[in-house]
Amino acid sequence: MLRWVGGGAAVLGGLRAVPASAQAGDIKVGMLYPLSGSLALIGRDMRQAIDLAADIVNTPHPELAPLTLAAPAGLPKLGGRKMQLVWADAKDPATARAEAERLIDQEKVVALMGCYASAYTATASLAAETRGIPFLNAESSSPTLTQRGFKWFFRTGPTDETFTAMFFQMFGDLRKRGKRIQKLAILSENTEFGATAAKVEQAQAKAQGYQMAAVEMYTSPPATLEAELNRIHAASPDALIANSYLIDAVTTIKALKTMRYFPPALVAQDAGYVLPDYIKDTGKDGYYIMSRASWALGLGARKRLVGRVNDLYRSRYNEDMDETNARSFTGLLTLANAINLGGGTSPTQILQGLLMTDIPEADTIMPWKGIKFDKDGQNLYASGVMVQLLDGKYKVVWPFDLAETSIVWPAPAWDKRS
Amino acid sequence: MNLLLIAVVQGLVMGLVYALVSLGLGLIWGVVDVVNFAHAEYMMWAMYATYFAVAGLHLDLLAALPIVVALGFLAGLCTYIVLIRRIMGGPAVTQIFTTFGLLFFLRYSAFAAFGPDFRGITWPPASGSVLILGVPVSTAQADAALAALITFGLLHALLQWTKTGKALQATAQNPAAALALGIEVEWMYMLAWGLSIATAAVGGVFLLTFYQVSPTVGDAFLLLMFASVVLGGFGSVLGPLLGGVVIGLVESVAGNLVSPTFKLAFVFAALLLVLFLRPGGLLGQERRG
Repeated sequence: MLRWVGGGAAVLGGLRAVPASAQAGDIKVGMLYPLSGSLALIGRDMRQAIDLAADIVNTPHPELAPLTLAAPAGLPKLGGRKMQLVWADAKDPATARAEAERLIDQEKVVALMGCYASAYTATASLAAETRGIPFLNAESSSPTLTQRGFKWFFRTGPTDETFTAMFFQMFGDLRKRGKRIQKLAILSENTEFGATAAKVEQAQAKAQGYQMAAVEMYTSPPATLEAELNRIHAASPDALIANSYLIDAVTTIKALKTMRYFPPALVAQDAGYVLPDYIKDTGKDGYYIMSRASWALGLGARKRLVGRVNDLYRSRYNEDMDETNARSFTGLLTLANAINLGGGTSPTQILQGLLMTDIPEADTIMPWKGIKFDKDGQNLYASGVMVQLLDGKYKVVWPFDLAETSIVWPAPAWDKRS
Repeated sequence: MNLLLIAVVQGLVMGLVYALVSLGLGLIWGVVDVVNFAHAEYMMWAMYATYFAVAGLHLDLLAALPIVVALGFLAGLCTYIVLIRRIMGGPAVTQIFTTFGLLFFLRYSAFAAFGPDFRGITWPPASGSVLILGVPVSTAQADAALAALITFGLLHALLQWTKTGKALQATAQNPAAALALGIEVEWMYMLAWGLSIATAAVGGVFLLTFYQVSPTVGDAFLLLMFASVVLGGFGSVLGPLLGGVVIGLVESVAGNLVSPTFKLAFVFAALLLVLFLRPGGLLGQERRG
C-alpha cells in the first residue's frame, strides 16, 4: 500500500503548479510543514487543507461567498495574480530554519507560513525576521511566539493561554450549575508543547484557587503510562487535563480501561485526542473525553459556510476537516487576503496588508469574532470552543450558547457504558 | 489498593514484555558478537505484517503468529547472508554503522510503504482485563507476558537439550574452538540471526494487541531493549529475561512510588549500578577477548 506523504490530490495540485511557476505573475509563498517524521500524518492533513484554500483563492468559487477571496479568481487588487505554494519539509527545529532560509534566499518566496509544532515555528520565524519577510503562523499555540517583539510574525490562531483560560471559564460555568470541580491533575508530555501548556495550566489553576493534586510529565512516545495514571487515580481529581500526542492518548485510554478507572472529566489540549485516528484506535472506549478546539464540524449547524467548505474538502480527500487543518486553511486565506490588501508583493506591502487585516466572522469558517492583529501580531479575536466526543463525533458542548448538545459530566464509569 | 502491589504486578508484566522484545538482541550479541541497532525495526515490521494479516486478510492473531514468525526467521537469515556476513570480522565501527544504517533503511522503507499513520487491531480474546493478585492487568499485556515465558522456555530447551543448541552455545563461547570441533560456525551465525528476528516477531505480534504500530514505534522500546540485555548479561537466554523483568520492575515501582517523570532515570541508574558491581551483567560472564 504505497502512498505519498503529501496525499494523492496534494501531489496532483503540486504538479499543476509547476508549469504555472513559469508564468511571471504567480506569487510564490513558502509553506513550512512537517511532511516526514512523527508529525508527518498531521502535516499531510494540513497540506491538504492549505492546497484547498489556495485553490479557492486561485479559481472562482462564488458558491462559497462570503468566504475570503472565494468569489474572484486570484487576487483582484493584483490583477488576478495567483498564489503558488512552495512546500518544504520542516521536520525538526533546525531543518525548519534551514528550509525557511532556503525558501527566502533561493526560491524567493514573498512570505512564509508554518510550522505547526511551536518549537519549529520559533526557529523558522527567526529566519524570516532577520531577513524581513512576513511569517504567518496558524497552528502553533505556544504563547511565547508572539511575545518576542517580532515585527514580521503574525498568528491567526489562539494560544495556550487563551485555550487554557477557556478550560477555567468552562469549569466556572459548570460550578455555577452545581458541579463539584476543585481538585485537578495534569498528564503531559514533556517537550515545548506539553511543558509550556502544563506551566500555563498550573499558573491559571493557582490563580483561580483550584487545587493541583498531581502533575505527571512523561516522554512521548511512552512504552507505558501505568505509573503516571496510578498516581493520578490515587489523587482522584475532579478533572484530568491531558497534553498528549496521539499514541500517548490511545495508551492512556487503554490503561484507564484496564485500571477500570475514568476521571469525572478528561479535558485535553487537543493534539492526540482530536485526530481521526484517535477514534479509529480507541473506538467507543475513547468517548467522553473533552477537548479545546478552534473549530468543530458541528459549527456547521449554526454557520452554513463550515459545511460547504467541508463538503468540498471531503469530496477531494474523502475525510472531514479537523480543528487543526481548519486553522491552516484560515491561515492561508488570511495571508492571501493580506497580500491582496497590501496591493503588492514587496515585504512592506504585505506587512501593511497584515496590519490592515480586519476579516469579519462571517467571512471565515471559524467560530472567532474575526481576524485582526494586535501590536504583537496576535489575532485579537482568536478563541475556541470545547468539544466532547459523544457517539463518535466531536460535539460542541461549551460555550453553552453555541453548544450542539449537553455536556456529559461526570463521564460514566466503564461498567455503566453501553 | 496497595500502590506497591499494583506497581510490582504491572512492572512484572511489562518487564516480561520488555524481555520478549529484547531476547533476540541478546542472542545476536551473544552468539554473533554484533550489536543489532535495527532490532526494534524488525519488531516494527512484524507488527505491520501482523496488522495486514489480521486487518487485511482477516486471519486470527494466532493463525497469523506462525506466518509472521516464519517471515521473521527468513528475514533474519537474509539479513545475515546479504549484509552481516560481509562485515563479520570487520572493525567494530563498521558493524555499528551497518546495523545503524539498517535501522534507517527499515524505518524509512516503512514510511514509504505504509505512511506515517498509527495502526492498531483489536483482538477480541485480548480485550478487557484480568486480575493478577487482585491487580487488574490488561488481558493483552498478560497474553504478551505469557508468550514471553513460552518463547523463553522453547529457546531455553533448544539451547540446552538439542545438539544444534549446544553448537550455538559453543559458537557463542569460542567460535575458533567451535570451528575446530567441526561446528559449522557460519550456519550457527545464520541460525542465530533467524532465531533472533523470529523472537522479535513474536514480540511484535503480541505487542500489536495493546500498542499501535507506526514507523517510529521502535523509539519507545530500543533503549529499554539495550538496557535489558546489558543488565541481564550476555551469553545466556536467561539474561535478557531477568534484565527485562528488573527493568520493568524498577520502572514501575520508581514510577509509581517516586515520580514517573524520572522513571527512566531510575532504570538507567539501576543499570549503571549493576554494571559497576558486575560488568558482565547480572547473569553474564566476562566477554570473550
